[in-house]
Amino acid sequence: MSTAISVSALRKTFGRTVALDGLDLSVATGEVHGFLGPNGAGKSTTLRVLLGLLRADAGSVRLLGGDPWRDATALHERLAYVPGDVTLWPNLTGGEVIDLLGRLRGGIDRRRRDDLLERFDLDPTKKGRGYSKGNRQKVALVAALASDVELLLLDEPTSGLDPLMEAVFRDCVTEEHERGRTVLLSSHILAEVEALCDRVSIVRAGRVVDTGTLADLRHLTRTSIEAELAGPPRGLADLPGVHHVRTEGNRVRCEVDTDRLDAVLAALTSVGVRSLVSRPPTLEELFLRHYRPDQPERVAAR
Amino acid sequence: MTATAGAAHLARLGARRDRIMLPAWCYVLIALAVGTAYSFQGLYPTPASRLAFAATISANPTFQALTGPMFDLSTIGGLTAWRIGGLGGALLGVLNILLVVRHTRAEEEAGRLELIGAGVVGRYAPLTAALLLALGADLVIGAVIGGGLALLGLPVGDSFVLGMALAVVGAAYAGIAAVTAQLAETSRGANGIALTVLGATFLLRAIGDSAGPGVRWLSWLSPIGWGQRIRPFAGDEWWVFALPLGLAVLGCWVAFTLVGRRDLGAGLLPARPGPATAAPGLRSALALAIRLQRGVFLGWLIAFVVVGGVFGAVAKDMVSVVTTSPQLGRIIAQLGGASGLGDAFLSAVLGLLGLFGSVYAVQAVLRLRAEETAQRAEPVLATGVGRVSFAGAHVAVAAVGGALLLVASGVVTGLAAGLRSGDVGGSVSRVLGGAVVQVPAAWVLAGVAVALFGLRPALTGVAWAAVVVCVVLAEFGPSLRFPQWVLDVSPFTHVPRLPGGTLTGTPIGWLLGVAVALAVAGLAGFRRRDLG
Repeated sequence: MSTAISVSALRKTFGRTVALDGLDLSVATGEVHGFLGPNGAGKSTTLRVLLGLLRADAGSVRLLGGDPWRDATALHERLAYVPGDVTLWPNLTGGEVIDLLGRLRGGIDRRRRDDLLERFDLDPTKKGRGYSKGNRQKVALVAALASDVELLLLDEPTSGLDPLMEAVFRDCVTEEHERGRTVLLSSHILAEVEALCDRVSIVRAGRVVDTGTLADLRHLTRTSIEAELAGPPRGLADLPGVHHVRTEGNRVRCEVDTDRLDAVLAALTSVGVRSLVSRPPTLEELFLRHYRPDQPERVAAR
Repeated sequence: MTATAGAAHLARLGARRDRIMLPAWCYVLIALAVGTAYSFQGLYPTPASRLAFAATISANPTFQALTGPMFDLSTIGGLTAWRIGGLGGALLGVLNILLVVRHTRAEEEAGRLELIGAGVVGRYAPLTAALLLALGADLVIGAVIGGGLALLGLPVGDSFVLGMALAVVGAAYAGIAAVTAQLAETSRGANGIALTVLGATFLLRAIGDSAGPGVRWLSWLSPIGWGQRIRPFAGDEWWVFALPLGLAVLGCWVAFTLVGRRDLGAGLLPARPGPATAAPGLRSALALAIRLQRGVFLGWLIAFVVVGGVFGAVAKDMVSVVTTSPQLGRIIAQLGGASGLGDAFLSAVLGLLGLFGSVYAVQAVLRLRAEETAQRAEPVLATGVGRVSFAGAHVAVAAVGGALLLVASGVVTGLAAGLRSGDVGGSVSRVLGGAVVQVPAAWVLAGVAVALFGLRPALTGVAWAAVVVCVVLAEFGPSLRFPQWVLDVSPFTHVPRLPGGTLTGTPIGWLLGVAVALAVAGLAGFRRRDLG
């Protein structure tokens, strides 16, 4: 399998702020790659470097076999980008913007454009200033998805979309994946990445701290359980696949590998369950437990 | 909670946001007024020297048209009031318009007013705050000018009358801007309408002051004209203060009424749906730049054609007004006779249009920076469009647009002057030549803006300072006898005075070279720097 994006030891500073601090990233051709991290971790900066909008201070960056700074325009004809914060020209309609961006990229698929407009339920005759945040996001998404390109760079593309539209977006990305396109999806929503991505890179404070398939990163897919029991919990910590057990009287919290849920639930019901909450861990919890800053002073400076 | 709750907080916020820009404007305006009086004291210390100067300038109606009516030029105060009354009032008008729109419609358009409006802030508070800020600035500028002139030893009462005459002109335009900020949905539109009103009223008084007694009433239709007719240092007509103040009050009343009737974010003209697909031609960075800038360009084109037509048409009257007074015959002969006088007027008008052309070109280039900071450049540059074609498209719109404006106004001015004098062909070619030689100088200032954008993007706005320097040197340099090397800083100093003067190629070649070098440096810098 060839590589669509390869970044190594990428460094970028803005004045005294270190945005990227030796970031490594590798995205294989044809995969949907999740780029997961909290706000301010350096996700957008990385994408801007990949687009040749920012110049790397150090490190090497290859994109579709080219140098994103030197070969920017040639590479841009083979990729589409959705910025995290979409601003439109106030006096151009959404339809005009979609057509313009498509043509500047070297062509737009009319049928697909109209199909996407319908699926995203977007009115293309409104002027840019009349769109809500979600609708501006849709304009950029339709423009990107309707273009015939090899690579999609999506920067938190679902921010501002309602759950219905998020589902449409997921369908669209799945279709792109089936056509063999490469997608780099930056996000801070774990569930979105889990639903769409083959592989994930986790970025914190300008570095990738973990990368692999979701199966490799099993701790990402654990279930977080909170239960109130009839009596004190017994022997939970000794069960395989159970992590971070904390008990306070009759209440218990823990994380469980998804394939070990049966045994844990059996252990809980043997004591008697009064209430039970189970959910996937939030990104914040993950970062607190697994990607704790090793250099706290740098985090404080950001 | 009252409808103006929070206005004081918003006014403080506004003052904080403008803590650099507002003092800079105040400083320039005050320095202009006090510096003018100071220079006149040095240049014309005796009544006899002042009378000699008055005789020279009153022979040339260009001075009435572009500066203002001459009420009493025998004193330093009278000279100062004549010299700064018109331009000072117009500049204060520009300041008030920019200030009011910036703190009302621009905030609303950016969505920040929504954030503010959700707090304990009344419906009328943002407009109240903007007006407080603008009127406060007027008052400070007027008072400091009055104090400064008094310190120079001018009569104290008249000094403050002049300061306040300028302040109330500013207040009148604040009232006008308050209304246009409610009418238009965008700050660009609100500024455009208000500045058009300012330009039109400047033109009205220019015609009224210069084109003979039959049309003198036109000056009474203009707030700038009112400011001059308060007659500081020449008899103080107190009642005239009522006119600009009345207009300011009327404007505020209309604006507050409109605020009470419309939704946040809406203008009075409802938004209409547009085309669902882009026109076939909208497929390049240049097409996008033209599309984005065409509305503004058309507005400028109308203004240039109107100004050119009006001044061209009155050029002949200039000559007849003056030749009726026989004692000025000798002075006119020195200026090259009756036709020389007409040419001098036309070349002064073309010089003014050249300055306006540079204002257009600079604002067109600055659109680039606006696109970048609003993050609208990013999606375009993420397509197959390269940095140079993206920036080059806007630079081309600025350069070609500026040239078109000057050519169009040259043709119209020549046509209007020719129709009055009976020699259309000769007049058009002579005046057009005078307009075309302005183009390279306007391009130099556009080049400064491109260079700043490419090399020092955070300082792109400094291009306006270059424009202001050129305006001040052109308007005040000669009458205040600045040293030649100072005047030479402005590209417009090197433009041949046409019609009437001699055409020389060398300075034009130099100006073109400088403009191209600046633009190339800017584009090269933009290729190499980070976006954002």
